[in-house]
Amino acid sequence: MGEPAEPGEPVAALAEPAGSGRAGAWARLTANRMTSVGLAVLGLLLALTALAPVLPLADPDATDLSRHLLPPFSEGAWLGTDQFGRDLLSRLVWGTRVSLGVGLAATLAAALVGATIGLLAAYYGRLVDTLLMRGIDTVLAFPYLLLALAIVAALGPSLLNALMAIAIVNVPFFARAVRGQALAIKNLDYIAAARLSGFSDARIILTEILPNVFPVVVVTMATTLSWMILETAGLSFLGLGAQPPTADLGSMLGNGRELVHRAPWVAVLPGVVILLLAVGINLVSDGVRDVLDPRLKSGVLVRPAALTARRLPDAASAAVSAAPAPALGPDLVLSVRGLSTRFEVGGRVLKAVEDVSFDISRGETLGLVGESGSGKSVTALSLAGLVASPPGVMVKGEVWLNGGSGGPIDLARADLATLQAIRGGRIAYIFQDPLSALNPVLRAGEQVAETLVRHRGLGRGAAMAEAVRLLDAVKLPGAREKARAFPHELSGGQRQRVMIAMALANRPDLLIADEPTTALDVTTQQRVLALLDELRRETGAALLFISHDFAVIGDLCDRVAVMYAGQIVEQGSAAALFARPAHPYTERLLQCVPDLKAPHDVTAIPNLPPAVDRLPPGCSFAPRCHRATQACREAPIALRALDGDHAARCLYAEEVAAGTAAPAGAPAHG
Amino acid sequence: MLAYIVKRLLQAVPVLIGISIIVFLVMSVIPGNQATALLGAFATPENVAALNETLRLDEPIPVQYFAWLGGVLQGDFGQAYSLGRPVADELAGRIGPTFLLAGTALLLCTVFGLLAGSAAAVRQYGWTDRILSLLVLVGISTPSFWLGIMAIVLFSLTLGWFPTGDMYSLFGGGGLLDLLWHLTLPALTLAVVATGVVARLTRANMLEVLRQDYVRTARAKGLPERTVIGRHAFRNALVAMVPIIGIQAGFVIGGAVYIEEVFQWPGLGRMLVTAISQRDILLVQGGVMVVATAFVLINLTADVVQALLDPRVRER
Repeated sequence: MGEPAEPGEPVAALAEPAGSGRAGAWARLTANRMTSVGLAVLGLLLALTALAPVLPLADPDATDLSRHLLPPFSEGAWLGTDQFGRDLLSRLVWGTRVSLGVGLAATLAAALVGATIGLLAAYYGRLVDTLLMRGIDTVLAFPYLLLALAIVAALGPSLLNALMAIAIVNVPFFARAVRGQALAIKNLDYIAAARLSGFSDARIILTEILPNVFPVVVVTMATTLSWMILETAGLSFLGLGAQPPTADLGSMLGNGRELVHRAPWVAVLPGVVILLLAVGINLVSDGVRDVLDPRLKSGVLVRPAALTARRLPDAASAAVSAAPAPALGPDLVLSVRGLSTRFEVGGRVLKAVEDVSFDISRGETLGLVGESGSGKSVTALSLAGLVASPPGVMVKGEVWLNGGSGGPIDLARADLATLQAIRGGRIAYIFQDPLSALNPVLRAGEQVAETLVRHRGLGRGAAMAEAVRLLDAVKLPGAREKARAFPHELSGGQRQRVMIAMALANRPDLLIADEPTTALDVTTQQRVLALLDELRRETGAALLFISHDFAVIGDLCDRVAVMYAGQIVEQGSAAALFARPAHPYTERLLQCVPDLKAPHDVTAIPNLPPAVDRLPPGCSFAPRCHRATQACREAPIALRALDGDHAARCLYAEEVAAGTAAPAGAPAHG
Repeated sequence: MLAYIVKRLLQAVPVLIGISIIVFLVMSVIPGNQATALLGAFATPENVAALNETLRLDEPIPVQYFAWLGGVLQGDFGQAYSLGRPVADELAGRIGPTFLLAGTALLLCTVFGLLAGSAAAVRQYGWTDRILSLLVLVGISTPSFWLGIMAIVLFSLTLGWFPTGDMYSLFGGGGLLDLLWHLTLPALTLAVVATGVVARLTRANMLEVLRQDYVRTARAKGLPERTVIGRHAFRNALVAMVPIIGIQAGFVIGGAVYIEEVFQWPGLGRMLVTAISQRDILLVQGGVMVVATAFVLINLTADVVQALLDPRVRER
């Protein structure tokens, strides 16, 4: 979607409020409940291990065979003793100290070596890059633990060697991450400037690049620390790490394994501590990643539901149509009344579509025109409940679809099953960018056939044959072969023809085309538009045509509705609207259209549309309007009928339509 | 497609050469007299001389490398001195059990990981998602060697449902059922961590895919959610997951070392641990080389499967 957020400011505003330095980062870290749990668990374990020397613990290595294998909660040994009578609690605390220390040391070593390799590879490029990264790739080609085993095999079993082995196998993760980030910033202007000013390579790497790759290093450390603790413990468990008398959690577990028949607690406890340690680290590392790398933040990836959320005044009744069906003329296909759709983002409300009403009759083309972010697409998607939600919510209005066997249906209140029967059947969509709108892993023909199977109940074979016929009807050359092609194997124009075939497959009553030619090159645009118009005439479908391009709208549409900041500001027959625009916004938009036959000065409209969560109390266009007066800014302006079905949302519509100049003295507000 | 497979096979050759160099170098940096290190302190001078002769230890390293590689290419990995028989013979008997164990675990983690991850994504922030996310967190944080011991304590020693280890029963065993009975605990234990990772990444990929325009198109066609998610979303998420599952194979094979040790499974992992503690370098070298080669082939297969699922990959 992204449409309501397009004009400048809101994009930044939608992002999390930027934290102020370290305090801000800490606040954001602890704002996540799971991260706080992780911090608490980790903090407790860290405090215990740090304080180990001063805590009243028994000597972890003091043996007392008279007290061997005491179960937990024994007197003088809360967690019991091992086969030599050593106090398990004390051994656990000291063992955790070793495991944590080894894990941290391995992580730091891997970070240092990996970051150095990554920085050198990125900074010097060419041969240095090739040699270093080939080496890194080869290390990655080994199964993770196996190379560590080989290294320990060569160096001999010891805790230090296990630490080195684990560090080495983790170096590639740092090298790759740092190289990627460093490459991204290496060519930025300020690095080039530093080079030109004669700074040494070392100085540039250390003072300009390193600070920028630091977050990547921290994120990688956070994600690899728990592996490194687990794997060093694993090597000790196999007897290849810590050697007696040194004990870490892994070697304690290895010892406990021998006693599992007689004293299972000796094996249970070290594992529980490793598990707690790893859970704590993983929780904190997820939090750290969210703070430092907001792109991956889980909350951003929200799954849109199959149906837009609705909070309509009378939706609770759950009836298919809550309001009594209005009397609709037999030619009317769709009647939209007072439709309002909002985006609710983190407690803020963006009024993407506000009180929009329009009718479309059989065989008619209604053009919906406006700048990006004016709410055109959201209006179109609201009709069949296809607005991504969250964050979209339909809060008001009725969408009457006329002409079905059961009389008019209010789509805004219809349930999902009803809508699914209508989507692709009586109402079909053509989207803007056919490359992203078509499924990349399904063949073009299958994607057309699918809608035939769904709505006409055709068998697979019959549907494929019909799909080929449809592709032929949209003048796709070589339709039979093209039906077997994947979307990326087709040109932009061919892909949009597939979209059109798909939309027309079930002879819809209403075709909704959302900027169908924007993603295409100019010559293709003309052909696709001509095709669309021709097919519309043949099938008699009503067409809702969305565009930001007045020239295209003028060629194609019978009637036009102009949208600005979520509202329809002017509506009427194309002829009337083009001849006598009655809203200053329409007037200015028309001036933006270059006309070869009647050349005029093309003027851009000053400033940007308002952000849809900060709409002015009065007319939304007032801040950019050269006619705006005090009255315009005070209260909302209603859509007023002028003559015929021509209507405009302007206090001075008559003057604008008559072409009279702005009232003298009116401030040209900028 | 054939061209793509050939291309990927050719690309695997330098990787395999790189692997053989690393394996060889790691083993030749052993401090001190290599022959003594290999044969132990009680080696006779004749034994040392014989080993020097076979490994060409008195010649420059590149010569040693090519001598070793030449043998490896002919299936000759040298003599495992701790066993007194050729490394190749020992490997041959160990490969099967390891790949049975790791393969089963990989299958389990793929099936359960994909299912759990998709279910969590489809019910994002619902109870299913929360419970699955918690399980995943615990899964990826669990030391598998500890989990194996716990499984033995609970299911073997306490409940008596499964054997404590080995591949077949000592007496009267030997059938497929006996094998599966012995395989259950180790395979499940080995699959836990990888299932967590696969589930987590599947969820992330599904969420990413469900936001794509083509999912909206599928919904705009009126397709039921079952089809939208199963056919349109999942197939695209799967394309991204296949290479990830290939990489998981590496973690599973590595994890098999622990699991074989815990469950006394007669595979390569246990052989390696014993060989390392006995410092039987040629045996370690051979074992690592075989497993690393298998891993390269698994990733190659994953690439081919991905290309089958996504036509765009073939043309890269």
